[in-house]
Amino acid sequence: MLRATLKSLLARKLRLILSGLAVLLGVMFVSGSFVLTDSLGRSFDNMFANSLSGTDVIVTADPAINVSEMEGEPVPGMLTSADLAAVRETTGVAQAIGDVQADGARVIGANGKVVATFGPPRFGGNWTGEVGGRELREGVAPSAANEIVVNAALAKKAGIKVGDQVGVLTTQPKQTFKLVGIFGYEGRLDSRGPVTEVLFTEPVAQKLMLGKEGKFTSISVTTAGGSDPVAVRDALKTKLGKGYVVQTGSEAAAAIASGFKEALDVFNKILLGFAGVALFVGIFLILNTFSIIVAQRTKELALSRALGASRGQMIGSVLVEAVVIGLIASVLGLAAGYGVGALLSQLFASFSEVQLAGVGLPLAAVISAFAVGLIVTIIAAIMPAIRASRVPPVAALQEVATPDRPLTKLTVSGAIITAIGSGLIAFGIAENVWLMFAGVLTAFIGVALLSAFLARPAVSVLGRVFSWSVPGKLGRLNSGRNPRRTAITAAALMVGIALVTGVNTIVTSAEKSLRGSVAEEFHAELIVSGQGSPGLQPTFDGTLLPRMKQVPGVTAVSAEYGDQAMIDGKPGWVSVNTDFPAAVKMFSLSPVAGSLAQPGPDEVIVDDDSGHHLSDVISVQHANGLQKTYTVTGVYKQGEIYGGMVFGSGAIEGMRQQLPSMAFVDLSDNANEAAARKSLEALLVDSPEMLVQNADEYLDAQSAETAQFLLMIQVLLGLAILIAVLGVVNTLALSVLERTRELGLLRAIGLGRMATMRMITVEAMVITVFGAALGLAVGVGLGTAVVRGLADEGLKEVVLPWEQMGIYLVLGAVVGVIAAILPAIRAARTNVLAAISYE
Amino acid sequence: MTMTPAARAVEVWKVYGTGEAQVQALRGVSAEFERGKYTAIMGPSGSGKSTLMHCLAGLDTVNAGTVYIGETQVTGLGDAGLTKLRREKVGFIFQQFNLLPTLTAAENITLPLAIAGRQPDKAWYDTVILTVGLGDRLHHRPSELSGGQQQRVACARALVSRPEVIFADEPTGNLDSRSGTDVLNFLRDSVRQHGQTIVMVTHDPNAASYADRVVFLADGEIVDEILSPTADSVLDRMKKLDRNA
Repeated sequence: MLRATLKSLLARKLRLILSGLAVLLGVMFVSGSFVLTDSLGRSFDNMFANSLSGTDVIVTADPAINVSEMEGEPVPGMLTSADLAAVRETTGVAQAIGDVQADGARVIGANGKVVATFGPPRFGGNWTGEVGGRELREGVAPSAANEIVVNAALAKKAGIKVGDQVGVLTTQPKQTFKLVGIFGYEGRLDSRGPVTEVLFTEPVAQKLMLGKEGKFTSISVTTAGGSDPVAVRDALKTKLGKGYVVQTGSEAAAAIASGFKEALDVFNKILLGFAGVALFVGIFLILNTFSIIVAQRTKELALSRALGASRGQMIGSVLVEAVVIGLIASVLGLAAGYGVGALLSQLFASFSEVQLAGVGLPLAAVISAFAVGLIVTIIAAIMPAIRASRVPPVAALQEVATPDRPLTKLTVSGAIITAIGSGLIAFGIAENVWLMFAGVLTAFIGVALLSAFLARPAVSVLGRVFSWSVPGKLGRLNSGRNPRRTAITAAALMVGIALVTGVNTIVTSAEKSLRGSVAEEFHAELIVSGQGSPGLQPTFDGTLLPRMKQVPGVTAVSAEYGDQAMIDGKPGWVSVNTDFPAAVKMFSLSPVAGSLAQPGPDEVIVDDDSGHHLSDVISVQHANGLQKTYTVTGVYKQGEIYGGMVFGSGAIEGMRQQLPSMAFVDLSDNANEAAARKSLEALLVDSPEMLVQNADEYLDAQSAETAQFLLMIQVLLGLAILIAVLGVVNTLALSVLERTRELGLLRAIGLGRMATMRMITVEAMVITVFGAALGLAVGVGLGTAVVRGLADEGLKEVVLPWEQMGIYLVLGAVVGVIAAILPAIRAARTNVLAAISYE
Repeated sequence: MTMTPAARAVEVWKVYGTGEAQVQALRGVSAEFERGKYTAIMGPSGSGKSTLMHCLAGLDTVNAGTVYIGETQVTGLGDAGLTKLRREKVGFIFQQFNLLPTLTAAENITLPLAIAGRQPDKAWYDTVILTVGLGDRLHHRPSELSGGQQQRVACARALVSRPEVIFADEPTGNLDSRSGTDVLNFLRDSVRQHGQTIVMVTHDPNAASYADRVVFLADGEIVDEILSPTADSVLDRMKKLDRNA
């Protein structure tokens, strides 16, 4: 039996290659993700181990604000000179260096623009000598308050050289320093990963980066000869007591690396999610292939049954085929995944200046490759296998026309499954994201089943478009011939398109809602803001505010300061508005209780959604460690675009950056906007990160960011769509093969080669446009469900991304043309004589 | 006035395979098929009768010799030329009906005209439909028709474009005798009443007896012919051929 199975497997190579390819691509995606994250993870390990290689023990303070990666950046606590002295007195400590290191030192490059990273920190700190692998390459160490050194990669990026005057933005407004030296790291590295480093003298670093002299972020300890770091660590722990974290160098490196690994892990899970979608689509393709093969082999299978093969053997023979395909595809997919993972690691490493630790093949990649490859193929083959076992032996003796089984059962179960899926989505939006994802997948399966029922009317409607020519009409009729096959092929395409459409609908609705709210509630002309990076917001000099207000035409300037803080013990956001009454007008805020006048230094105004009431006393632990209490003096009705706690000016001293990050500018009715804008831009010349924009421009800039996010999702879902296209190729190739006789006849009665190709192309386009249309419909449904579910979050109306949807539909047609190329050529080459006598 | 024959083969050779396995299917066959006549090609299995028809119809290439349909030289035409020839000058009737299952009977009948982008001549279409006698089953799909009805649709499809010649390959091979007789009568009527030229390959002496002329093939050569055949005279001749073989 096994021999017979393998033989028949070989006889249908093309078909199996196509379905194997679907598994291969999915497995490639999965194992590639593992290889990529593994090699990046090890690279980061090495990097952190190197940077702490000379440090035996490291002392830090408990974080001031401890939040998880998902909630925001944790804010480190600070150490004092007294702590440093205490460490130096501890037995076993040979040398202790106080380090200053904080994000937010932004260098203004030779071109006048701030050197940006794509998110990694831009550290500012103190020069502590050539320690931790640091090597001075050029010039000297900073010794005066106006001197700095930078790492070589940053100098190159900024286009600055030793001797230059360089502007640096820190927690203070722009200050100019003399670049006296450029340093690198051992191993001839110009940077450690994508971070940049600006080093000042100690007091300057403390003042600019930490806001106060005499503070440190960590203390690096070198132990006296012969002292065990662990013993020294324990001695320090005892000596310092509560509120400190004492780790050996290797413990610290592992701790930092594990933080990065968490981020990598999230990244890996995202990639795996997309791989999952691709594999899900692959299941459709394989299921279809096996169903067709079983249908074509009905006679052969019946003969086996007539010769005494049991049902179990029939199921076994189909499953063995699946296992063989799954195994081969897994091996090849793993190899391809290794290649892709290695390639992406190289790309990523060179892009982010990380020293690549070498590409390995993690066990997780191997296990998941085989598990995924085998499970996917076996799941897909089970239904066809069961069908194979139900072929009655008598079918061997009859002319079997594979009767069109009624679609009732399929349609009913499809409707039920779709309903269950929709229910899960509706419930999941409010309760549980995973439940919602499960609902989406379930709904996809349900719609796929329903699509067989929809195929006939849909195809006949769609086909009308192409029916103006005979080949077009024939193509349309052919695609309506086997609704199940058309449906499952189209459903595979549906999945990818539904997901992108759904995401698009949500994003478009959110954007439209925001724009609507802004138009309705925002009554100022200009916004001063900068592109934020995840850690710290860009800021500008607060002393400019009075001058900004004096610009002709300006009637009010309402500037915002902000930072993270622990509010009543929970992580939150503290903001200060310099002119809250102006903001009340600009954002059409209305009072609920108390007064909306400018809060006093120790007062706070809250929105009605905050859970606080008039006269409540709120305790805040600020990011720089300052502990304060504030009294609620007013409550306002939360607007669609303005909300949160607005503190009095007393909160500014608790912030790490005591500078405004945003300002809303109101102009008088007859003011010249362009002129006012020019004047404001001129005032902000030392803050190159800040832009002066009107509301539309500001929103457009935000949209550009979401557009990038959408693009990324589309690229990642591209693989799922590619697999769906393979499915179309497969279905067409089979149709051409099955209809060899008909093709021969058509050619015999005068259908030309081009016309034959056109016929196949129309057949393909009808399938893919049907799939795309189905995808659009399901996507709009998903998007609408989510938008409705998020109505509380300010998503007021469902806005459909018509332009994108149009593009996807056209894309569907184009994909059909591409998928048709090979089958069409094959059909056109049909030898008329051979085809007519073909059995 | 001499009329060009509807189809003509001149010294046609057809060889399959090479070396030891070489089979000479046609060995210098020359034959003319007169306009408005019904010719049957007969011969034992392997005599080359189907090959001759395929070569005449431009479905197969020849190794030597020339084939004409009307005034057009078939040998040497490329795919586009052959497609045009089949579209305009040739009709086919196959043993396996070969109808498109997605089209109705009427659509199948007009398919060659639709492919050529021509409008059917209404009067002629009505005549063909009437003679085929499908009546109310015209708008049914092939799967809803009997074998005889399907073959009559195929005959009508061949006739409707008024080709120079219709090639019929064992048209009654898959039919019961009653349906077969219907089809044969129908073909003969189209020759007698409408001047259609038909070349039919068959191994059934009864089918051959409907023709005006029977050409006998054996071992790739034309060995004999009978005019105004009867079933008996054809059977006699076939027996003789078998004995010689």
